[in-house]
Amino acid sequence: MQNAFPLFPESASTMSGQVDALTFFLTLVSGLMTLLIFATITILAIKYRRRSPNDPLPAPIHGSWLLESTWSIVPFLVMLIMFAWGARLFFDNYTPPVGAMEIFVVGKQWMWKVQHPEGQREINELHIPVGRPIMLTMASEDVIHSFFIPAFRVKHDVVPGVGRYSQLWFNATKVGDYHLFCAEYCGNQHSGMTGWIHVMEPADYQAWLSLHGGNATMAQAGETLFGQLGCATCHAPGATPPNLSLTNMYGHPVQLVGGATVLADENYIRESIINPRAKVVLGYPPVMPTYQGQVTEEGVLQLIAYIKSLSRPSERPAANNANAREGTKK
Amino acid sequence: MPETVAAAHHHHNPALVHQFDNEEQQRTASTLGMWIFLATEIMFFGGLFAAYTVYRYLNPHAFAEASHHMSVKAGAINTTVLICSSLTMAMAVRSAQLSSKKATAWFIIVTMIFGIAFLGIKAIEYHEHYVEGAAPGVNWTITGNDARQIELLFCFYFIMTGMHAFHMIVGLGLMSYLLTCTLKNRFSAAYYSPVEIIGLYWHFVDIVWIFLFPMLYLIGQHLKT
Amino acid sequence: MSTIPLTRLDEPATRQRPNYLNVKSTIGSWLLTTDHKRIAILYLLSITAFFFMGGAFATMIRLELLTPQGDFVTADTYNKLFTMHGLIMVFLFLVPSIPAVLGNFLIPMMIGARDLAFPKINLLSWYLYVFGGIFVVYAALSGGVDTGWTFYTPYSSTYSNSAVITTALGVFVAGFSSILTGLNFIVTIHKMRAPGLTWGKIPLFVWSHYATALIQILGTPVLAITITLLVVERIAHVGIFDPALGGDPVLFQHMFWFYSHPAVYIMILPGMGVISEVIACYSRKAVFGYKVVAASSMAIAILSFLVWGHHLFVSGQSIYAGMVFSLLSFFVAVPSAIKVFNWTATLYKGSISFETPMLYAFGFIGLFTMGGLTGLFLASLGFDVHVTDTYFVIAHFHYVMVGGMVVAYLAGIHYWWPKMTGRMYPEAWARIAAIVVFVGFNLTFFPQFILGYLGMPRRYHVYPPEFQALNVLSTAGASVLAVGYLLPIIYLLWSLKYGAIAPANPWGAKGLEWETPSPPPTDNFIETPIVTELTYDYSKPAEAPIA
Repeated sequence: MQNAFPLFPESASTMSGQVDALTFFLTLVSGLMTLLIFATITILAIKYRRRSPNDPLPAPIHGSWLLESTWSIVPFLVMLIMFAWGARLFFDNYTPPVGAMEIFVVGKQWMWKVQHPEGQREINELHIPVGRPIMLTMASEDVIHSFFIPAFRVKHDVVPGVGRYSQLWFNATKVGDYHLFCAEYCGNQHSGMTGWIHVMEPADYQAWLSLHGGNATMAQAGETLFGQLGCATCHAPGATPPNLSLTNMYGHPVQLVGGATVLADENYIRESIINPRAKVVLGYPPVMPTYQGQVTEEGVLQLIAYIKSLSRPSERPAANNANAREGTKK
Repeated sequence: MPETVAAAHHHHNPALVHQFDNEEQQRTASTLGMWIFLATEIMFFGGLFAAYTVYRYLNPHAFAEASHHMSVKAGAINTTVLICSSLTMAMAVRSAQLSSKKATAWFIIVTMIFGIAFLGIKAIEYHEHYVEGAAPGVNWTITGNDARQIELLFCFYFIMTGMHAFHMIVGLGLMSYLLTCTLKNRFSAAYYSPVEIIGLYWHFVDIVWIFLFPMLYLIGQHLKT
Repeated sequence: MSTIPLTRLDEPATRQRPNYLNVKSTIGSWLLTTDHKRIAILYLLSITAFFFMGGAFATMIRLELLTPQGDFVTADTYNKLFTMHGLIMVFLFLVPSIPAVLGNFLIPMMIGARDLAFPKINLLSWYLYVFGGIFVVYAALSGGVDTGWTFYTPYSSTYSNSAVITTALGVFVAGFSSILTGLNFIVTIHKMRAPGLTWGKIPLFVWSHYATALIQILGTPVLAITITLLVVERIAHVGIFDPALGGDPVLFQHMFWFYSHPAVYIMILPGMGVISEVIACYSRKAVFGYKVVAASSMAIAILSFLVWGHHLFVSGQSIYAGMVFSLLSFFVAVPSAIKVFNWTATLYKGSISFETPMLYAFGFIGLFTMGGLTGLFLASLGFDVHVTDTYFVIAHFHYVMVGGMVVAYLAGIHYWWPKMTGRMYPEAWARIAAIVVFVGFNLTFFPQFILGYLGMPRRYHVYPPEFQALNVLSTAGASVLAVGYLLPIIYLLWSLKYGAIAPANPWGAKGLEWETPSPPPTDNFIETPIVTELTYDYSKPAEAPIA
């Protein structure tokens, strides 16, 4: 309900209504508390105002443990509700559902570069279908930015550096165009780093995909980079010794020198490309060179897409094109 | 009948400053003041140590590599030197308490010599690092896969030991002041508070080194690179 | 009953009796003074100057935000304006103000001492403050700094082309001023209380400054080391916080906020101390629950160190860490709420008058309540995700800092003005100014809560047109607020020459500072008082006549 003087942004995701409900509760409690204090002070100030300089001096009232306990414990309990409700929302907000459609975002001074897995690219715009959970995996090429969609009530900082993929998910519920803002001061054109989220009916979305397709998918682009950067020299699918092959690595635990085990996720892969000696696989010498400075954040995302495809047979580049265009078969 | 305490003393110690009512109050106030100052120093170095610990934890390889550039011998000698200097400082305080002007002066001088020795050995170490190309921002020639992380850890080495050395230089300045006052007969059993509180400062600087030595020199020695 | 020779109302005027103001008038006697009262006045002058400088930058910000386009200043200038506004207001105004002016002036008097424990260190504190301020002003004049007052890396360490190092060094030096003031207060309060003045009898103003001083000495050094590391990084081009060179930008945030969150309690606790004194005086009653209010100050000081992560909820910090910080942030609100309730309860069966300090005190309670409650909103994780880095946060902290702290400062300045200067301010004008401040403040900052929820991010030079109406309202409010701040400058200066001569105790208040002449002699008391009665014992009339 947008009128001339809106008090809150449009509600366009599954999260918006929930955040607004929490806000309503917080406002109600705070409003009541404020009114209570204002009213009490007003009433007491009027009732006990000094009417003449010769008014008798008040008797001292030093305190009351009963009152102190009451007005400590009751607000504290209300605050626990605020905490629990907020924590619950927060947990949901940052726990993407399984099977969410992945889109990749790179923030840099002063624009948002978006890559769809099927290859479509956008700058400062993001086209998505309504009613589907979308997960954004985001990286920064330079300073800290923050991806903020007020209508969805979501925000996450995008921080440069290894181990720093930020993930944000949402499920848009209303077709329309919504503001995208950068919410972390990032320099001269920080307030220019804005854009639009376009939520479309599924059919329109498919049409948009087809219209803007034609690029290599991310996995295909990644495969190309894999060859260009010489990764294939050691890590080709049929590599010797075996296990240097990256097939079926993504999503599985990896044992490291020093005894720790980590999950081979996006952050692990990126770190291994940029700072390979940080986590060395057990049984292998630390000889992998670093690629820092030789590949952009977008390139890293493409490589990751390719490596992920090596673990999910249905998404291998060679077989992928037809599926991506129609976007249906699995 | 008014109950008041006269603020003016007619036969007071010339070292008593006007805001205090008596020597006891002045002495305990000065000591408390120094302890609080040392608390601020703990927070200052603590922040630095915390940052260093985070980076060490995140970069075990680089840390092992960086550790092998440290000279345990130099560090151990410096540790011994500083511990001895704390002993002589404590002796100086005691001598001042006993109104032994000569002993006080000599103990302060020996403490200063130890301090200068420490700084000298540190300077040699710094020079070694510079010559071998391990001085970030000035002469860095180490390369390799985690050169950046090694450089980061070396940064911390220089900042941590540099901050410590700076505090030692300030300490030497304070020692000179103490020496001058001692030679001018300012201290005695009735008034030795500055010796005591500067002694506290010196001991604190020593303790910081007791943390630095294991953290920077000893812990990483067994790690393989 | 404290018995000290008291000033009679019919004593010769201030000018003739020697007091700390007129005892010597050379520049040297002021610039080399070790009298805590003179140092407080030195601070008053420099702090006022910096306040108006920060306010001038705010004026330009609000003018730019009248229109959605960037038509008043360039983006670069705008970024420098909000950075300098924040830096000056936080480090050169809010942190020192009440402690350095009112705390310095009053603490020795309130505990019956001749001066602070270390008067020369007190003077050094002022010089450090001024030098730090000069660095910052120099940075502003030589091009400015554009990183935001929070200096987030890697923008500040690697990307910004502005006077980061100069400014950072200025903040570092000013921080030392704060540390030394805190150290002085702690030793003074521990060691120099008059005979009979036990911890359970010291005024709540003193308790709040003690708690503040604890935060100053423990928190500020962490800021110092953070700034040191930032400066080293910028000079030597090494990667302490720059991820491209192996560093961690979120570590900077943790270290920065480890100080900067407790810092906000350095700012508000002294204000709360002022309000306790003012409410007691103008209700003619001891503050309800003295022990609890004193304990609340200490609880706030301790808990303030445990919540810094609530500034990092969306930074990539682990969600479980976020939950811990959220819960602790709710805890720290409880003692503040307790104080508000206790102040309100003090009014019950009191004898209430409405002089200017009391008007400001009422304003404080209302505005601080609103600001504090919106802090609860922000502590609630699910809500914070939406509004962090938006105007909602700006509104929240201006409510507590300006609606809280600045209002408390004005309350204190008016309350103790007769004591400090020997003159009464003009009551009618002062009441008008208080109301103008209250109205202007709400007009300026309440719309910003709405703007923030609507999604307008902070530090935005240009904005979408649908946000304009609220921005215009906010700027209109700011112009009213500016008037409210200028009025006191005018009438307080006027009062120095034309104000009524003030007696020792114009308000009939309880407290050792009121039992010595206005203005006080250099040594505060002719003889050290011995305290036998309870604090705030308003059930017995004050010895000096009520003005």
